[in-house]
Amino acid sequence: MLEIKELNVHYGVIHALKNVSLSVNSGEIVTLIGANGAGKTSTLRTISGLEKVSGGDILLNGQSIVHLTAPKRVAMGISQVPEGRRIFADMSVLENLEMGAYLRKDKDGIREDMEMVYGRFPILRDRKKQLAGTLSGGEQQMLAMGRALMSRPQILLLDEPSMGLAPILVQEIFNIIKDINAAGTTVLLVEQNANMALSIADRGYVIETGSIVLAGTGQELAQSPAVRKAYLGGE
Amino acid sequence: MDQFLQQVVNGLSLGSIYALIALGYTMVYGIIKLINFAHGDIYMLGAYIGFAAVTIGGLGFFPALIAAMVLCALIGILTERIAYKPLRNSPRITLLITAIGISFFMEYAMMYFVGANVRAFPDVLPKTQYRLGSVVINLQQIAIIVTTIVLMVVLQFIVHKTKIGKAMRAVSADRDAAELMGIKVDQTISATFAIGSALAGAAGVLVGIFYNSINPLMGMMPGLKAFVAAVFGGIGIIPGAMIGGISIGVIETMVSGYGSSMYKDAVVFAILILVLIFKPSGLLGKNVREKV
Repeated sequence: MLEIKELNVHYGVIHALKNVSLSVNSGEIVTLIGANGAGKTSTLRTISGLEKVSGGDILLNGQSIVHLTAPKRVAMGISQVPEGRRIFADMSVLENLEMGAYLRKDKDGIREDMEMVYGRFPILRDRKKQLAGTLSGGEQQMLAMGRALMSRPQILLLDEPSMGLAPILVQEIFNIIKDINAAGTTVLLVEQNANMALSIADRGYVIETGSIVLAGTGQELAQSPAVRKAYLGGE
Repeated sequence: MDQFLQQVVNGLSLGSIYALIALGYTMVYGIIKLINFAHGDIYMLGAYIGFAAVTIGGLGFFPALIAAMVLCALIGILTERIAYKPLRNSPRITLLITAIGISFFMEYAMMYFVGANVRAFPDVLPKTQYRLGSVVINLQQIAIIVTTIVLMVVLQFIVHKTKIGKAMRAVSADRDAAELMGIKVDQTISATFAIGSALAGAAGVLVGIFYNSINPLMGMMPGLKAFVAAVFGGIGIIPGAMIGGISIGVIETMVSGYGSSMYKDAVVFAILILVLIFKPSGLLGKNVREKV
């Protein structure tokens, strides 16, 4: 579904992504793991069209999207839950969800998806009139995910959904990611919490200083000595 | 007491003008973090457009107001497209200096075309006066206050209930996140400039009918005071600009009425200094917004 070929991104003189290639097949959960600053967030931002590419290509269902604006990519079915959630703090929960459906005109479909999001995250229904900035961290993460789902994406990009959350909430968020995937949305998940990410991923990639250094199934990577040493705290 | 009420009425009229200009400052600041120093000149252009509409076009108050708002909206969009958009990823100081340049350009281009002399704005509204006890309010003041209230209600409606208004708030809060929602940032910024400039244009016409005189440099002082009003209320916060504008207008009128009109400008700028020392985020400003 999503294919990234030899992607290069520069920030000034810094070569942030070096020939990154990866693919996500329809229906999969694929994870991109790596240390802080390795290029995980850059990869997702580039897929969404927030960063300029200095080389390479991004294909969605075989069609190159690398020169499209960010809003056009949303319209084509790529939705992102950005790092740090980035919800609109001074807008209500309901307005945040409406923003997620910004490009859609099918009122009935939007209402249906709003119900779907409320079904998945019941707390959001209780708080829909509340300003999003008053939610707890976990609730904000749920709102960010709900908001991203409101565009009815083909592929959902998740950047560090576990960041700053209590372990019990992390488990809950990961269960929800699995549910979302089971309901038909393809997922590309970026995580520092490699253990957790690999446990739900079909496949994974390891990124180090802007390059993909390892690829495999979730299980293979979880058992790989290099990954265990670097990211799982094992020997 | 009567004199006090009279000053309140006068202050509300002046404050309405400041509030209309301050709204544009605050909205533009909210969305691209630019103190648009050319904003006071949009207000001046609004006054001239209103002047032309009345003298050349023979239009009445209401059509002249609409003409000024529409043309100022277009000028606002054009200014942004030509001068500010190419600097989207430049340091903020570059943008600020550009805005000052645009301000001078508008002032002196206008002086070239219409001359530097003060023009008398024709009477578009009859000089009717109403007495409430011993307080005198004239039709011009009523027009200013009512127009301002209507525009503020419309603005609140746009910002809170319409799609473009919500997009404006989203882009102001977080440009990248807004783009991830599919919001077209450039289009949203244009809309913000259009609305802010239309309000300034309306203020220009209102001032024309109230003070009867306009000139190419008339935007400088009200522009600065509206900027103070926006900072006073909390820059980037729409209700803050409304409250700030009205407050500055009333304070200025009180100083003129009870003290000396020599000090009115000094007092306004003293307020700016005090706000910046004691509450830089302004009356309605919050310092902490995000939870981790």
